[in-house]
Amino acid sequence: MEVLVASAIGVLTAGGVYMILRMRAFPVIIGVSLLSYAVNVFLFSTGRLAVDAPPIWQKYADVPYSDPLPQALVLTAIVISFGMTAVLVMIALGAYLEADHDRINIRDGEDDGDEPSEEKGQDA
Amino acid sequence: MTDGTSLLAIIALLPFLGALVPGVMIRAGRNACASFTAVPTILALILLGTQTPAVLRGEVIQTSFEWLPTLGLSVSFFLDGLGMLFAFMILGVGLLITLYARFYLSSADPMGQFYTYLLLFQGAMLGIVLSDNILLLLIFWELTSLSSFLLIGFWKHLPEGRQGARMALTVTGAGGLAMIAGMLILGNIVGSYNLTDILAGGDAIKASEWYMPALILILIGAFTKSAQFPFHFWLPHAMAAPTPVSAYLHSATMVKAGVFLMARMWPALAGTEAWFYIVATTGLVTMVIGALIALFKDDLKALLAFSTVSHLGLLTMLLGFGTKAAAIAAVFHIINHLTFKAALFMTAGIVDHEAHTRDIKRLGGLAKLMPITAVIGTITALSMAGTIPLNGFISKEMMLEEAAHTTWMNNPWLVPVLATFGACLSVAYSFRFIFHVFGGKVRDDYPSTPHDPPFGLYAAPALLTVFVVLLGVMPHLAEPMVMAAANAVTGQETHPHLVLWHGVTPALWMSVIAFTVGGVLYALHGQANRIWLAVPRPEAKVIFDWVIAQCVGFAKWASEITHNGAISRYLAIFVSATLVLGYMAFRSGPIAPPTREMLPVPFPVLIGWAILVVATLLVVMNHHRRFLALVFISMIGLAISGGFVYLSAPDLALTQISVETVTIMLLLLALHFMPKTSPRESSMALRSRDAGIAIAAGVGVAALTMAFLMRDFDSISAFHLANSYTGGGGTNVVNVILVDFRGYDTYGEIIVLGIAGLTIYALMDALLRGPAAKRLRARDYSQDRSRDRHPLMMVVATRAMLPIAMLVGVYIFLRGHNQPGGGFIAGLVISIAFLMQYMASGFAWAQLRQKVEYHKLLGWGVVIAGFTGVGAWFAGKPFLTSAYGYIHWHPIEEFEWATAIAFDLGVFLAVLGAVMLMLYSLSRIARFAGETINIDPMDHDPSADAEMTEAEET
Repeated sequence: MEVLVASAIGVLTAGGVYMILRMRAFPVIIGVSLLSYAVNVFLFSTGRLAVDAPPIWQKYADVPYSDPLPQALVLTAIVISFGMTAVLVMIALGAYLEADHDRINIRDGEDDGDEPSEEKGQDA
Repeated sequence: MTDGTSLLAIIALLPFLGALVPGVMIRAGRNACASFTAVPTILALILLGTQTPAVLRGEVIQTSFEWLPTLGLSVSFFLDGLGMLFAFMILGVGLLITLYARFYLSSADPMGQFYTYLLLFQGAMLGIVLSDNILLLLIFWELTSLSSFLLIGFWKHLPEGRQGARMALTVTGAGGLAMIAGMLILGNIVGSYNLTDILAGGDAIKASEWYMPALILILIGAFTKSAQFPFHFWLPHAMAAPTPVSAYLHSATMVKAGVFLMARMWPALAGTEAWFYIVATTGLVTMVIGALIALFKDDLKALLAFSTVSHLGLLTMLLGFGTKAAAIAAVFHIINHLTFKAALFMTAGIVDHEAHTRDIKRLGGLAKLMPITAVIGTITALSMAGTIPLNGFISKEMMLEEAAHTTWMNNPWLVPVLATFGACLSVAYSFRFIFHVFGGKVRDDYPSTPHDPPFGLYAAPALLTVFVVLLGVMPHLAEPMVMAAANAVTGQETHPHLVLWHGVTPALWMSVIAFTVGGVLYALHGQANRIWLAVPRPEAKVIFDWVIAQCVGFAKWASEITHNGAISRYLAIFVSATLVLGYMAFRSGPIAPPTREMLPVPFPVLIGWAILVVATLLVVMNHHRRFLALVFISMIGLAISGGFVYLSAPDLALTQISVETVTIMLLLLALHFMPKTSPRESSMALRSRDAGIAIAAGVGVAALTMAFLMRDFDSISAFHLANSYTGGGGTNVVNVILVDFRGYDTYGEIIVLGIAGLTIYALMDALLRGPAAKRLRARDYSQDRSRDRHPLMMVVATRAMLPIAMLVGVYIFLRGHNQPGGGFIAGLVISIAFLMQYMASGFAWAQLRQKVEYHKLLGWGVVIAGFTGVGAWFAGKPFLTSAYGYIHWHPIEEFEWATAIAFDLGVFLAVLGAVMLMLYSLSRIARFAGETINIDPMDHDPSADAEMTEAEET
């Protein structure tokens, strides 16, 4: 089981890193999502793995529990990573609409500000 | 030693407080402004005066406040003879400069600003000479560089002023950096940053192997500040400053800071061969070169500037000799140089002010036109030349006396000869100053007809001239002060014996030679000047500009390599660097053997794992087709949710699956407005490189995970498990941690989420007002529109599901404290229920029926959570302490309440509001882009048809 979890985290990380190294905004967002999965599972796994031991306290029985602390931290992390992805998407969308392309790298001689010539728009 | 008085801190602080005043008082007029500038200086002088008798008795006054004790930084001041001498000089000349500047500055100059800078500078200088902590001293040291930058560049409209200010800041600032390093080394050797401890630890410092680096670094700081060769070039360029600044900074105070530092550090650093050869040689070279250049300068202020360089060299050389008598001579010459040089600068300022030029070639014959100024200028210049019976003579004699006894590398002649040569040049340029400006015939081509200025302008130099004569005729007046300062410098008892007439000594003969040769040099100045002009010599400013240009070029090159605007490159560098660091950390220590058994793998789990891995690979392979990539992403999310269920994390599974839903919706919405495919533009090599980095990162993370998954550890989790029910009143430990144990974190997190929501809303608003809006309008989205946008079945089904979904949300919320669920999950579930309405019935239709604004939900969420936390205060508990109890209602079974549920309600509202606000903002684009707005809930409404038929029938 441990091998599966570790390898899954590894595969997600590798996929995420490859995607954030792409040239366009959308693959980078996807890469960040993959990395978020990887990081969340990674954090979760720091509590070590346990099966059939949810951290729900039993009043009348002494049973094993999985580690609740990483779970609580990851729970908020999942929600926050959604918020982060949303902001990222919004910025990428804004950049695309302003610049009319979604390349993430500034090329030589290219200004990142609005140029008057851009006002015309290529779709118009 | 006395202590316990905070007087010193007040003295050091007064100018800084005073600096706030002139900028305001300038509204009351120039006289009021100048008067109020003088007040803090006068107060500080009086306070200093009250301490003088004690210091002259040999006491040291100390005061200390803790500032950053862990860094060894304390606000400690101490006052000994040396500090007092400099404090009197700084304050006294400061007062005279205040008076002089009042009449010197024209009405067009912003005088309030000037006085503010002046007082800032004065405070910084006072701080240097009074600091008892070297870190504090360094702070003041840098402050003098900054405030002098403002003063030198005071005339912002003059390019020379700006360039001179920049050059001064660069040189002295760079020296300051070197000095910081040197001081830190000193502090490390001694184990304390207190100056008194360092001065007491001189033997330990000189024995340390770090002595040389510390010495060199500190001397670089002192030499740059005091314009010692080869750093002397900034001082003449700083002469673009208004003359009061030159008189204050460049004769009396700032350039003396380096000399002060060498004198201050004397007990700690002096007395070694290295000290003698570095300091004395530098001083000697500077003295001769400075004097030589001064002789050939035509600009009065440039002449005085190089003369200052030369005299600073003289002082440095004396300190470098490392003998008691040389220290006494240095201290006395510090006083004397201050009196005649400040007066000379002010005289030059007066000439410039009256004749509108300070070019010696255009001057001459001023003695008849401005007799008072001529008297002042002549007396002080004679003192600069070292003429009997003025004060410059006495200290020059003392210097020559010391030089006569000094052997340099077994050569007894070198130092005396060069010192005498320096004195010759000094005589020559002083004569030139006197005779070429004041002597000769009255000319008729001055730019402006000069005459004596108003009393206010010549009062300050006249007073200084009185001192020049007084100290020359009755030098024993200065003995107590010189003794106190020299004792402080050497750390030993000194017995200065200051008299005008030393008898016929070698020094007197050297003086006679100096005057004879100096007179000849002056007479031959015309021929010498032609030779001087014909000989090529390096121009410091050109070299300096070249060095700066090279530095800027290197910085540009380096930042273009590393910061070229390609974020892909930064990320590649970042990931690789992290990998390398991680690997090094991994290998840095031994790893304990595994302590845990591996869990078995049931077949369904293996399938889930396979789905995840394959989906990830598919995402990577198909990322150019963006919709397809999204589908695979959602598969990954589902697989992870399943994994959480299996691995005993029901809360996480619920959160993951609901977040997954909203994330995919968000990405779908965004993708609607973005290109649907990515072009293939990376080369094979680039892709291979990225794949290499990615695989290395993946393997690294997997190995790390594996390493700790196989080993047990202790954490604080057991505490949470044990106290969840008894302390937090809930059995779902994850939820209790969120709303109780770590409630503060959660509170912060919902605020972050709220900020993210508002950011998106604001960004969208800005976007829709900008040029992008036009492009959006112009774009045609019709071709990718479904013909069945709001299908009947979906509308009806989602409407029927809404109450059920809401009920599920409420249920999940309420049970959250004891069973999987809670505010976060409930908020996400209800958002999805709303989103279904938007999707099925259309944005406008759903929005019309949505009565509460999402901002408000979000805001109320944070407010409710906050108030719940504040509520604990009323019970006398810290913020966010929760309470719980039980209620018995018949016939319902025992019912538990906890204040944490109110907090969870806040979380719920904030999450709901934030998620909805984000998606709502994205949807707004659609309306803006000219999508047709549906008022009807569905494409084909059978009930509307029925009504229509009814209407037709009737």
